[in-house]
Amino acid sequence: MTATETWTPVCTLVELEVERGAAALVHGQAVAIFRTHDDTVYALGNHDPFSRASVIARGIVGTRGDVPFVASPMHKNAFDLRTGRCLDDEGTSVPSYEVRVVEGVVLVGPRRTP
Amino acid sequence: MTHLRQTLVVAGHGMVGHRFVQAAVERGLTERFDIVVVGQEPRPAYDRVALTSFFSAASADELSLLPEGRYDDPRVRLTLGTTVEAVDRDARTVTLDSGETLGYDVLVLATGAGPFVPPVPGHDLDGCFVYRTIEDLEAIRDAAATAKAGAVIGGGLLGLEAANALVSLGLETHVVEMAPRLMPVQLDEAGGGTLVRHIEKLGVEVHCGAATQRVVDVDGRVAGLELAHRTVDAEIVVFSAGIRPRDQLARACGLPVAERGGVLVDEQCRTEDPHVFAIGECAAPGGRMYGLVAPGYSMAEVVVDTLLGGEGSFTGADMSTKLKLLGVDVASFGDAFATTPGSLELIFADAVAGVYKKLVVSVDQDGNASRLLGGILVGDASAYGTLRPLVSSGITLPANPEELILPASRGGAAPVGMPDDAVVCSCNNITKAAVCGAVDGSADRPGCADVACIKSCTRAGSTCGSCVPVLKNLLDERLAAAGRLVRTGICEHFDLSRQELFDVVAVHGYRTFDDLVTAHGRGRGCDVCKPAVASILASQLNGHVLDESTVALQDTNDAYLANIQRNGTYSVVPRVPGGEITPDRLIVIGEVARDFALYTKITGGQRIDLLGARLEQLPAIWRRLVDAGFESGHAYGKSLRTVKSCVGSTWCRYGVQDSVRLAIDLENRYRGLRSPHKIKAGVSGCARECAEARGKDFGVIATEKGWNLYVGGNGGANPAHAQLLATDLDTETLVRYVDRFLMYYIRTADRLQRTSTWIGALDGGLDRVRAVVVDDELGLGAELEADMARHVDTYFDEWRATLEDPEKLSRFVSFVNAPGTPDPTIAFTTERGQIQPVLEGEDGGPTLIAGASIPVGAR
Repeated sequence: MTATETWTPVCTLVELEVERGAAALVHGQAVAIFRTHDDTVYALGNHDPFSRASVIARGIVGTRGDVPFVASPMHKNAFDLRTGRCLDDEGTSVPSYEVRVVEGVVLVGPRRTP
Repeated sequence: MTHLRQTLVVAGHGMVGHRFVQAAVERGLTERFDIVVVGQEPRPAYDRVALTSFFSAASADELSLLPEGRYDDPRVRLTLGTTVEAVDRDARTVTLDSGETLGYDVLVLATGAGPFVPPVPGHDLDGCFVYRTIEDLEAIRDAAATAKAGAVIGGGLLGLEAANALVSLGLETHVVEMAPRLMPVQLDEAGGGTLVRHIEKLGVEVHCGAATQRVVDVDGRVAGLELAHRTVDAEIVVFSAGIRPRDQLARACGLPVAERGGVLVDEQCRTEDPHVFAIGECAAPGGRMYGLVAPGYSMAEVVVDTLLGGEGSFTGADMSTKLKLLGVDVASFGDAFATTPGSLELIFADAVAGVYKKLVVSVDQDGNASRLLGGILVGDASAYGTLRPLVSSGITLPANPEELILPASRGGAAPVGMPDDAVVCSCNNITKAAVCGAVDGSADRPGCADVACIKSCTRAGSTCGSCVPVLKNLLDERLAAAGRLVRTGICEHFDLSRQELFDVVAVHGYRTFDDLVTAHGRGRGCDVCKPAVASILASQLNGHVLDESTVALQDTNDAYLANIQRNGTYSVVPRVPGGEITPDRLIVIGEVARDFALYTKITGGQRIDLLGARLEQLPAIWRRLVDAGFESGHAYGKSLRTVKSCVGSTWCRYGVQDSVRLAIDLENRYRGLRSPHKIKAGVSGCARECAEARGKDFGVIATEKGWNLYVGGNGGANPAHAQLLATDLDTETLVRYVDRFLMYYIRTADRLQRTSTWIGALDGGLDRVRAVVVDDELGLGAELEADMARHVDTYFDEWRATLEDPEKLSRFVSFVNAPGTPDPTIAFTTERGQIQPVLEGEDGGPTLIAGASIPVGAR
């Protein structure tokens, strides 16, 4: 399968709390949208591969060194907001999606290839 | 089949008899022997050393060494309230006062000692007591109810314990000692004099060098004591003039006894008869009787070892003593009286502070102090932990040995290099090498970084605690030597500990994480520091946790004011203060659960958990609950959870106080208080303790006179019993102490540190807590109370406030772009008539919908 090129508007930037996440439904998939302190927006799959629950959007956002990350609210596994890579477990990751902010509207694009 | 099994009879079930049986079971002696233990007292062995604490204990069970009343080994039979009356060594039988005759292959005498009552006239009057058993203490307590003054005959260790008991019973107390000083066996004249001054400050009148002529008799009751040159008034007289071995059984069956009493035994604790052993205070190894429990324990172990064919022997014991008498530290060790030829004494005395310290040293050819032989410490025994191992290890003293006893401010407390085999903890016989090994760690266990870890790894410091300062020094030295940095920062973003962060926030008045991290940290924080800062801000400012400035800091559960469950749904727990709930409110909870199809379960904290609520359902559920008068139960917060109670004097026929009323008041007072970890509490209406208050962070147990306050308990993986902080408090004082205790905890604990570990980690432990909370030694009391008053005044129900604020409510949606659409991955099955979560991949679980164009990762 190939990634679609469609961009889905999910919300406005100001609707997103700084350093918290929000879940959005994109093509039937739950996607976690994050706005960091510098107003960069990231999108990851909302499904936590460790707990198998759809909760990533509800984690705490911070930094490890220079890496922006979210800690899953379930068991605190940390995921790189830029890539979806798990910082505590090399072999695990969550999907990461392209994001754009156009005229204050957040658009979620195709899944990034790992 | 059992003809090869032998029978071992133990006469006596005191501390030493009990230790013998324990060791016999642990080391497998019961594989060969059936053991019959015959105890004279009506209850199993209890901690006689801690007898004085009986008055503050909730019940006699607290002192018990065998609370279950039986051993876990069916081959041990325990017969209580029964006396061994005679031994027939030829027939190898013992006769009991019940008439039963028991055959034995091995007989172990552990009959202990009895109090010595000097034959002064009037010693058997009504009002005369001894101080040996729980029954003795009960009788003293009953008599104290109508008495004004009491006199203790005997100024030794036991006599001062008894005096302590009389003081705690509120009696005007006299101590009468025949010798010219107190504790004549352990202390020299100057040490004894220092101790007298301390004790007299507590209102105890000490009469040394005073022989009792007679007990004053008025109508057959005690009215006082006539001493050589004065008479003291007292309605109670306690004889505590020493103990005598209870060796009558041995005498009666012809076994030799020592000149001053005690069954003569050899180094294996065997009497002249190879089938009969004697241990503890009834025995006299080498002709000498030992009136301490530790040598008795050693004898018990030696006999077990001997019966197993081992080579253990008892060749004498360290008679060192360190204790707190009436709040005064006293220690005596080694050759305290400088009896070694050529020995010298080094003395430091500070009469104003009431400190007396003496070292006895030997000198080398050049006239320099070479080895420590013994010493006496009164008023400050902190050096005991360092000094006592120096005696047994025999290492050469540093050039200025006086520094060992000088106060730290005068150049003292110099680090002393101990040899590896020096015993640091004498209670558990732990060497310096073992402690250092624990700090270093091994292949399968990381090294210790704090004293608590050393305690649990080695047992050092876990009994009397006197060596804890030495453990701390060894730990610091060892860590420094290994180059292991002791990090106190809570995470990579702050070099400050939680306590330091708390202080920095208080001093600078920071109100946001951004200000704090800019001034004192780096980066954008993480899941460790953010919730910690959120908790600190909440403790100090008591704002709404979902305010814009703090919402991003909140941990999982606080972020949605509910507890997240394994499938991403939440549980809802309304507050039910004290566990008291009206039928109408119970019905509301039931209706809400039914209407939202929630799973219900009763919690351990006497309230009701509603599980399976979707994020977007929380506001509607809480709207119903708040309308019915419910408030947030903060089950999701590191904050006060519940104050559990029993029904108390209102309903219970045993209750002595209204525990429900107090529990409700306390829960309403401390509700919403954010803290380093969750706080649980309990109030019991009588000593039966049905509310399990001693398993809580703070627990209150009713007494006839008021409330006893216990602190530092918890359940969970490492259960801890709360310890007694203060007794017989009125409600106002109780609340003041709890205010101070909780605020002191909130100010100084580490993140996620329960009160029990916090107390354990405090320098001084429970004594420190008592100094701050009860005695207000830091003068912090008023400030801590003011902090709590501010919390109480500014409390609001955060769920009600959330429902009233559209901004906060907007967060409670399943999807930001489809707020009403339920999360398709949440699914339930039904079990026993209620919902249960089922996850993807589980039987009946949801399948993640692979969208038309988006692959679902490599799963």
